[in-house]
Amino acid sequence: MLYDIFIDPFVQMYDMPDFFLQVLWEGFVAGILYALIALGFVLIFKASGVFNFAQGIMVVFAGLTLVGLNENGVPAYLALILTIGVMGVLAYGVERVVMRPLVNQPEIILLMATIGLTYFLIGFGEFVFGGEPKQMITEQLGLPTGSTAFEIGDRGLIILQHIDIAAAVIAILMVAALGIFFNKTRIGRALRAVADDHQAALSVGISLNQIWAIVWFAAGLVALATGIMWGARSDVSFALEIVAFKALPVLILGGFTSIPGAIVGGLIIGFGEKIGELYWGGLVGGGIESWLAYIIALIFLLFRPQGLFGERIIERI
Amino acid sequence: MFYREAGQFKTSYQADQALFPILQDRIGMVVILAIAFVAIPLLANDFFLTSIMIPFLIFALAAIGLNILTGFCGQLSLGTGAFMGVGAYAAYKLTSIFPDANIILMVLLSGVFSAAIGAVFGLPSLRIKGLYLAVTTLAAQFFLEWCFIRIPWLYNYNASGAIEVPRREVFGLVASGAEATPIVRYFIVLGITVLITWLMANVLRGRIGRSWMMIRDMDIAAELMGIRPLRTKLMAFAVSSYICGVAGAMMVFFWLNAAEPSSYSIRLSFQILFMVILGGLGSLGGAFLGAAFIWILPVALKFVPGLLGMDIAAETVEHATFMTVGALIIFFLIVEPHGFARLWQIAKQKLRVWPFPY
Repeated sequence: MLYDIFIDPFVQMYDMPDFFLQVLWEGFVAGILYALIALGFVLIFKASGVFNFAQGIMVVFAGLTLVGLNENGVPAYLALILTIGVMGVLAYGVERVVMRPLVNQPEIILLMATIGLTYFLIGFGEFVFGGEPKQMITEQLGLPTGSTAFEIGDRGLIILQHIDIAAAVIAILMVAALGIFFNKTRIGRALRAVADDHQAALSVGISLNQIWAIVWFAAGLVALATGIMWGARSDVSFALEIVAFKALPVLILGGFTSIPGAIVGGLIIGFGEKIGELYWGGLVGGGIESWLAYIIALIFLLFRPQGLFGERIIERI
Repeated sequence: MFYREAGQFKTSYQADQALFPILQDRIGMVVILAIAFVAIPLLANDFFLTSIMIPFLIFALAAIGLNILTGFCGQLSLGTGAFMGVGAYAAYKLTSIFPDANIILMVLLSGVFSAAIGAVFGLPSLRIKGLYLAVTTLAAQFFLEWCFIRIPWLYNYNASGAIEVPRREVFGLVASGAEATPIVRYFIVLGITVLITWLMANVLRGRIGRSWMMIRDMDIAAELMGIRPLRTKLMAFAVSSYICGVAGAMMVFFWLNAAEPSSYSIRLSFQILFMVILGGLGSLGGAFLGAAFIWILPVALKFVPGLLGMDIAAETVEHATFMTVGALIIFFLIVEPHGFARLWQIAKQKLRVWPFPY
């Protein structure tokens, strides 16, 4: 038993490096996708202090809108532009209808409101586009399909899906773009000011409402990109909701307020989950992917209650 | 005018400390209990009992359980569904091992197991607070759900992987299994719910309940004033999980007859959380109001298109229900963030000063 836990998995890793590398790659891609969802959370949490539970559903909703429009005869690129428009309308609507009346409420009330939004989006998405799973329009969007096999010396080969590579590249580009946006543009600086202190930001003439709408729109764009990447790996349907919950431990691990934290957290969870499942999962009957991420996050939290990169929590009486 | 406590003098400490010190409250409570115990069993048909009253009472009890943890002790939990599942599986195992024991006793006992598991998952709450804690309870949710699927011993190695409730009799009446009549089930569920609610109403206004509220309002200050956070928080987790466990056991034994792991999924946790928030955090009456709203609204919505003479596919109705529930939740949070319990307070004040506006 002890041998199975502590020695055997490492022996396997050494014996079959090609398999191990493949697992690492899978973990990397899964981690990137988790990180992208967590990124949407962080954007909104930083700017408004709202724990946006609906981010996971926004991902599915964005993907579903894109595919649904395409199914109804809209060309792929036009559908993409229209979906961006839909996310903009959604952002404005959420700001106007949900966030503005609830400003300054306790965080649990805001959390509940976003869960309400989750239900609304699930119902609305299925109402308009139907509940059955859909195929992502990968090829029409010009994203690569197919795969390449690499040989590693004489020890075997690993297979990389092109769409995964594209996902990784897009994720990196997106994080870079957000970084530039936050640090170099006027709106980005306003966003950071709002994140630091709402009242101080208001007093220097930054419109909170406008900033919140922009932040929700940015989160919507991140959701759209994630939805496309995710939909390409599996079908688009609200069954993906359960995977959206995976973003929570990622977020916890990285800290609610840190963009690098979301990425590092995503990668840790992605790697940990895949390696744990494939090398240790068999010992307890498999399927541990469903909860391993939470346990990893829990263990990290016990040592750092504010997450890896979170701001230190200072409590005063 | 209608709800006036002026002139009701207390002449003993006992009367002053009573659960319902105001006459009108006592009358109201007697009327509600009379409706629940006499009028509904006499008038209601089987459909009303099975698909509205029994689930409503079970969910109300679960909402009370979560309310103790979230509303009174301030620890956000998203693992309610799993704790209910623990109760259900524990009751199922207990009644398989002791087939002759009284099933009501077994249901009440099953809560002990879920209390123990709840306390274990409550341990991180000493270090992790607020929204971060919600994720650790999500760990409980997914881990326990996985256990229900992967440990065949829990469901007696059934081929289906689901638990099916065996026929059990209490005092000569069939209480569970497919043949049990709705009226017997209703009385058992009602009895347990009323009993636990009454117990909790007394616990919450006593020393234990007050220490929970101190922890909720500010745990550091409470600690400085001599409340032990470890004991108090774990007790809240244990009591809350006990009640949720009993509710979960009742759910499968007296309502569904059979349950699979997906019956106790994260959806159930959210449903209960909605009931608590919409009913009002930190209010027992609110738990009932919230449960009524969240459970009965979708049931009622299903009949709306039929009444309006529209012919809509069942699927579409379901989607529309989802949308409506989500929108209504946002609506009520905006209109009254303190829940239905607060509306009830306002109504009482209006009755008190009627016919004057204030």
